[in-house]
Amino acid sequence: MDTLEQPVKFYQTGTFTVGNRLLAADQRSVQADMHRTNSLNSGHRACQGCGEALGARYAIDAAMVATSNQLIAVNATGCLEVFSTPYPETSWQIPWIHSLFGNAAAVASGVAAAQRALGRPDVRVIAQGGDGGTTDIGFGCLSGMFERNDDVLYICYDNEAYMNTGVQRSSATPPAARTATTPAVGPSPGNVFGTGKNVPRIAMAHRIPYVATASVSNLRDLEHKVRTAMEIRGARYIHIFVPCPLGWGSAPEDTIKLARLAVETGLFPLFEARDGVVTASSPIRHKVPVTEYLKPQKRYAHLFRNPPDLERIARIQMMADHNIEEYGLVQ
Amino acid sequence: MDKPYAITLDVGSSLANKTGAWRTNRPIYVDRLPPCNQGCPAGENIQGWLYHAESGDYEAAWRKLTEDNPLPAIMGRVCYHPCETSCNRGKLDEAVGINSVERFLGDEAIKRGWKFAPPARESGKRALVVGAGPSGLSAAYHLRRLGHRVKIVDAGPRAGGMMRFGIPQYRLPRDVLDAEVQRILDLGVELELDRKVTNILETMNKGGFDAAFLAVGAHIAKRAYIPAGEAAHMLDAVSLLRSMEGEEKPMLGRRVVVYGGGNTALDVARTAKRLGATESIIVYRRTREKMPAHDFEVEEALQEGVLIKWLSTIKNMADEGTLTVEKMALDAKGFPQPTGELETLEADSLVLALGQDVDLSLLNGVPGLAIKDGTVEVGPNMMTGHPGIFAGGDMVPSERTVTVGVGHGKKAARHIDAWLRGTVYAPPPKHELATFDKMNPWYYSDAPKTVRPMLELARRTSTFEEVVSGLDESNALFEARRCLSCGNCFECDNCYGVCPDNAVIKLGPGKRFEFNYDYCKGCGICVSECPCGAINMIPEGAAP
Repeated sequence: MDTLEQPVKFYQTGTFTVGNRLLAADQRSVQADMHRTNSLNSGHRACQGCGEALGARYAIDAAMVATSNQLIAVNATGCLEVFSTPYPETSWQIPWIHSLFGNAAAVASGVAAAQRALGRPDVRVIAQGGDGGTTDIGFGCLSGMFERNDDVLYICYDNEAYMNTGVQRSSATPPAARTATTPAVGPSPGNVFGTGKNVPRIAMAHRIPYVATASVSNLRDLEHKVRTAMEIRGARYIHIFVPCPLGWGSAPEDTIKLARLAVETGLFPLFEARDGVVTASSPIRHKVPVTEYLKPQKRYAHLFRNPPDLERIARIQMMADHNIEEYGLVQ
Repeated sequence: MDKPYAITLDVGSSLANKTGAWRTNRPIYVDRLPPCNQGCPAGENIQGWLYHAESGDYEAAWRKLTEDNPLPAIMGRVCYHPCETSCNRGKLDEAVGINSVERFLGDEAIKRGWKFAPPARESGKRALVVGAGPSGLSAAYHLRRLGHRVKIVDAGPRAGGMMRFGIPQYRLPRDVLDAEVQRILDLGVELELDRKVTNILETMNKGGFDAAFLAVGAHIAKRAYIPAGEAAHMLDAVSLLRSMEGEEKPMLGRRVVVYGGGNTALDVARTAKRLGATESIIVYRRTREKMPAHDFEVEEALQEGVLIKWLSTIKNMADEGTLTVEKMALDAKGFPQPTGELETLEADSLVLALGQDVDLSLLNGVPGLAIKDGTVEVGPNMMTGHPGIFAGGDMVPSERTVTVGVGHGKKAARHIDAWLRGTVYAPPPKHELATFDKMNPWYYSDAPKTVRPMLELARRTSTFEEVVSGLDESNALFEARRCLSCGNCFECDNCYGVCPDNAVIKLGPGKRFEFNYDYCKGCGICVSECPCGAINMIPEGAAP
């Protein structure tokens, strides 16, 4: 397994920052550009510190550059759709269409087919939605899009529950997390261990050309993956980790910090897979125990009462350790 | 609102929704004081000049540096770099090698022949500087740049003061010293050598000077009473180091004992080694931890074969060169007390390095002065009790280093300038300190410090060649780029990138950023993710 795109060795700030005045123009991130698309413009109604709003702009801006602005986005119902287009306003500065909650992948397949019929293969299609619209409600359409290998990049912005409707559990909600439907009561408080889906692995099982995970904390890595995806034809899937201050009970200023800690603990591994095989993973820079990630979030507060729930914390640590080993995250 | 349901919405329509109204706290851009700048006795804007060095613009870096300190090539060799001790990067991997970059810039300036810009206009005032050491040179430089006519008078045969007659050549080559002195003189500073000022008021009157800055240094060696035979060869460190500048090198013999524990004692012991001594022994009455000398100098001296006898005092020296040394022990309060245990040491010469006093005779008859412990008291503006006479460097109470002297010269020059203009100099308020906890170090990659190459041991103990050599361009650039830019925006674009609301406006290279408070919701991600701590969060409505 080789590591992802080798970062330029920059002694001061590496390429971990968004930009760097000392880098050549072609080595800078899309987000550093004064003339970036700003696909999702100001005035949207996402909460303070929304990870999804950030992730969506990162991804779609990168895709706009990769496709020379020939892009149509199809959006499932969910936070992203609700906060970006309250009638009669829109924050989108790209061709964008709202589908139903469950059919974004199918609508995107149709848009791609229409472009082919129109003789415009240069116009590329992205479908996007939250984890509810992707891993639960839209899962059938998504699987169909994968198995037909339709020329669509599907992006899931994973904030680990149905946030828009009041923080209900989804199949992406992690174990022990408190949601409105998995309260922190009883003998096994919060979401049950051993449930949920790993959609990136399911996407890989369809043997589609490209699957990747990304995080709002690792912008360079995220942009690289979107660019790579847009260089490939066929069905592609990117799963982006986007913290939600409202649903997680975290401070709005900690959004990127939590995303970073999810990566640095090993709980959210960053990897790429081609044709169903993991081909690269991003190493952890400074490994930290899962408690550092869990503690700042109120949805895990029940783990840290007096006495702390050491057993469940240990199980979560085991999940992280398992990822580290499976994806070779510590070198 | 007359549109039918579910149709195309216009691009830009969300801008009508001014989400800035949600805000209860607002981010503001700030400049905080980097710890290196705070730690620099010469008040250099270190982060400021490293910023230019990082981009490879060494001339701009040198010009920024010399706004505060005209002697970077000297500093890069003799400064004890308290900046590096306080550097935040030390908490990450290792402190930035600020001193070595400074030396690189200083050497580059000499190599390329960079000159100081002459003053924009002449003030018509005249200032006298007594003493051409670091403090006097610094004051003369700053006064000249502020437009005043400056004359330096020095009692010695060459300019430089203790930099020439105290610091050995292996630490400061004389061509470097000469080049940096000459560059100051090229600004139009007048220098008169071999003239000792004996009466300051008379000298000022005769020369028509409007103000004077005194920095005569501390050149009189302190003595200790050590009973000694007639033929015993005993001398002091000041005259020994001074005589190193003459034609005749001093004869010390094969076994040299140095008495004292300061940097001067180490300079003497290392000089003795280079003059051919087989044994060079420092006798010091306390322990290594209590030694005032800098640790790296102790380390270099030990590497060169200098021996140090801790907890020892010298009782007497007999004719044939036998020293009686008494062992000491620290008491409960940490003070050395005699134990009565004696031993003998063979020595061809004994050098006393017990500190220096100031020759204050030029101040005789000046009213209003306060003298304390052999030094002149000065106010916060560096002025003595006599209006118009300022003083600095080793002759005022302070730590006696080249850098402190340079700092005094700069500070005094600013107050003298105000004095000459009939105003009062008010230094700008200091920014809040950029402490490590205000930074986000995740964004910096690990990059250990580039250690300057050292002269091989064998060569350095037998010659007066410079011990520590400089960085070349590539590793100087590497070193400069290790700077974290604590508390000062270096345009990494993080705030511009991480704002979920596009509420940061990028103004373009060198112009930094602005917040768009119409849409900033006050989430604070930009504050958390600013690597260098250059954004602060304040309650909405509060004054910045």
